[in-house]
Amino acid sequence: MTARDRNMNVETFRYDNRIVRAFAIATAFWGLVGTLAGLLAACQLFWPGLNLDTPFTTFGRIRPLHTNAVIFAFVGNGMFAGIYYSLQRLCKARMFSDALSWINFWGWQAIIVAAAITLPLGLTTSKEYAELEWPIDLAIAGVWVAFTVNLLGTLLRRREKHMYVAIWFYIATAITVAVLHIFNSLALPAGAFKSYSIYAGVQDALVQWWYGHNAVAFFLTTPYLGLMYYFLPKAADRPVFSYRLSIIHFWALIFIYIWAGPHHLLYTALPDWVQSLGMVFSVMLVAPSWGGMLNGLLTLRGAWDKVRQDPVLKFMVVAVTAYGMATLEGPTLAVKSVNALSHYTDWTIAHVHTGALGWNGFLTFGMLYWLLPRLYQTRLWSTKLANYHFWIGLLGMMFYVVPIYVSGVTQGLMWKQFNADGFLQYGNFLETTLRIIPMHMLRAVGGTLYVVGIVLMCVNLYKTARSGQFVPDTEAQAPALRTQPTRPEKKVPGWHGHRWLEGVPVTFTVLVTLAILVGGLVEIIPMYLIKSNVPTIAAVKPYTPLELLGRDIYIREGCVACHSQMVRPFRSETERYGEYSKVGEFVYDHPFLWGSKRTGPDLHRGGGKYPDAWHYNHMENPVSTSPGSIMPRYPWLLTRKLDTNVVQVRMKTLRRLGVPYSDQDIAQAHQQMAAQQTRIVQNLKVGMVEAEPDREIIALIAYLQRLGTDIKGSPASTAPQLTGP
Amino acid sequence: MAVVLILILASLALAGGFLLAFLWAVRAGQFEDARTPALRILTEDKAPRPRQTPARNG
Repeated sequence: MTARDRNMNVETFRYDNRIVRAFAIATAFWGLVGTLAGLLAACQLFWPGLNLDTPFTTFGRIRPLHTNAVIFAFVGNGMFAGIYYSLQRLCKARMFSDALSWINFWGWQAIIVAAAITLPLGLTTSKEYAELEWPIDLAIAGVWVAFTVNLLGTLLRRREKHMYVAIWFYIATAITVAVLHIFNSLALPAGAFKSYSIYAGVQDALVQWWYGHNAVAFFLTTPYLGLMYYFLPKAADRPVFSYRLSIIHFWALIFIYIWAGPHHLLYTALPDWVQSLGMVFSVMLVAPSWGGMLNGLLTLRGAWDKVRQDPVLKFMVVAVTAYGMATLEGPTLAVKSVNALSHYTDWTIAHVHTGALGWNGFLTFGMLYWLLPRLYQTRLWSTKLANYHFWIGLLGMMFYVVPIYVSGVTQGLMWKQFNADGFLQYGNFLETTLRIIPMHMLRAVGGTLYVVGIVLMCVNLYKTARSGQFVPDTEAQAPALRTQPTRPEKKVPGWHGHRWLEGVPVTFTVLVTLAILVGGLVEIIPMYLIKSNVPTIAAVKPYTPLELLGRDIYIREGCVACHSQMVRPFRSETERYGEYSKVGEFVYDHPFLWGSKRTGPDLHRGGGKYPDAWHYNHMENPVSTSPGSIMPRYPWLLTRKLDTNVVQVRMKTLRRLGVPYSDQDIAQAHQQMAAQQTRIVQNLKVGMVEAEPDREIIALIAYLQRLGTDIKGSPASTAPQLTGP
Repeated sequence: MAVVLILILASLALAGGFLLAFLWAVRAGQFEDARTPALRILTEDKAPRPRQTPARNG
């Protein structure tokens, strides 16, 4: 320590490495779990037997398990590991509070475990990437607040005046994810693990995709860009190509990203001007995204010899390239004419996997290979094995995305193909499904390779840890940012209390803001929206009690994962499905169930298309009515008794959200249900099916037969008339 | 479509917050130096203290 240092009041402190190690281990573990779940889902799409004929393992429940595990468990923990490591070093300060760090860690793992239990049980809101039910949503908000306070508190205590660009990306992540999560998760509970979104129909759709898009933007992109700007220069031992460009990248990105959400709803019943707005902002996003990608790649100028040798850099180069590919493709897909072909097909799946496998996955792997040897003060156990991981993973990615691109374009074109006589060339949807099955098999090969790569990484990291000596705290020194009276930390008893007190206003402000925000929104938004929910189509009526319960089964089984309920205004779709969907038809849909992928056909005009008995047989064994179908079997629906006790609570909950159920409707719910059940059982008899009226299948049939029939003129055959308010 | 208004307000509030942060950052001189921050992160853990330097991966 020089005399100058003493004058500047140099402080000694310790970086917390334990929390980084914990998140790093969790990242590797959940990475393996999440990709295995994805592999299972991928295989189910060509081998329906893998649905195992149990409710817990059908595609509709495995798919959200996979997406949640990969996004929130794998990428989430990776993000925290990287942030906790880099933030301390960038701020020259230990994390603000060790307690908050560990609340963040264990809270996050508990949420993941809760998700892994509830999703297979069918406890889901059905809103993509926000499937978790309200108690878990509250926990997420709490843990996120802990993280945000910890982040901001560390910033306030930093010993480095300048905030490196990565920190800005972290701040944007913390703040924006909180706001998105709160707005999209607003729901009214109708039981311990059941709630209804406070938004209905098109409004719910818009909020969901405002969230969904920005979840990609601020959960999968901005934190990882922060990590890129920290770990890539560190690994290359080169300063970032242009620091100025990185600053522009950040500010341009966050100001544009938030407006792009509506591109997920092009050609749906969303108002046209909102669609165009989303499209324009999406196209604008190319500029900052590519600025960032080039900045990352050009950082390696003059260092490509290192890339040849160092697996860490190899992973990062591919990650940044994948970021560039995905962010060029995204705006392309957001162009309406492209979206008309790509939407609902595998193209979307290929797009997100370029991002997830390439950008998030490879950046995480590179970061872990760089981080673990440093945490353990050793060398990576095997560079060769890491190189194998790189090439196997890259091959896996290629085998994943290329076939799925082909599959997406193939199916999209087949849906739109007319023959010379003006009829649909492939009138039977199943034909288009069967055509792409070889591609799905190849995709599973790619997925398997990718998982093998992760296993190699786990072995390598474990061996690295075993060969080294973990350093729980790294000591560092820096002059204090603020001039403080010289006092040694340990000699003053009140010192720690004082430091703790410093952070209280921050904690308090964040908590109060959140509380006010949540409270205010829950109060105001429903009141406000109910007015605008007034049906524009007089024929559209609320669901009957039985249909409502049927709809809840539809949500529980995750049908929305494969079936859309949104006929777009194209000739190819109106020919195939019927009249295109109107905004006014969804005013009682809490939540909306438009879907985003058609592994099976759209169902919005499915009501009345087939007899009740067809649905009964189809659910018992889809192949019996549709030879070659890859839909899972749902035999339990035929045997399980419908839980009718909940119906009145659910109707009352929906009434509070503006669905016009009268007192009489609610009081007579059970009689109405019984009447409709009896009618369906009679219909089934006509179709040579004997069924008990109190089974779940009856409710599901009631719902499916109601779909899209309100505007067809005649009321649904089995529906009793509700009296209304 | 009243929800459009809510979302626009929420988005504007976020954007407004970020704008304030940006203005603060500019005034605080966060962006005046566009050269050394990029170099600083490379040297921060190479402090001239006796410590075990982890070997780089080959």
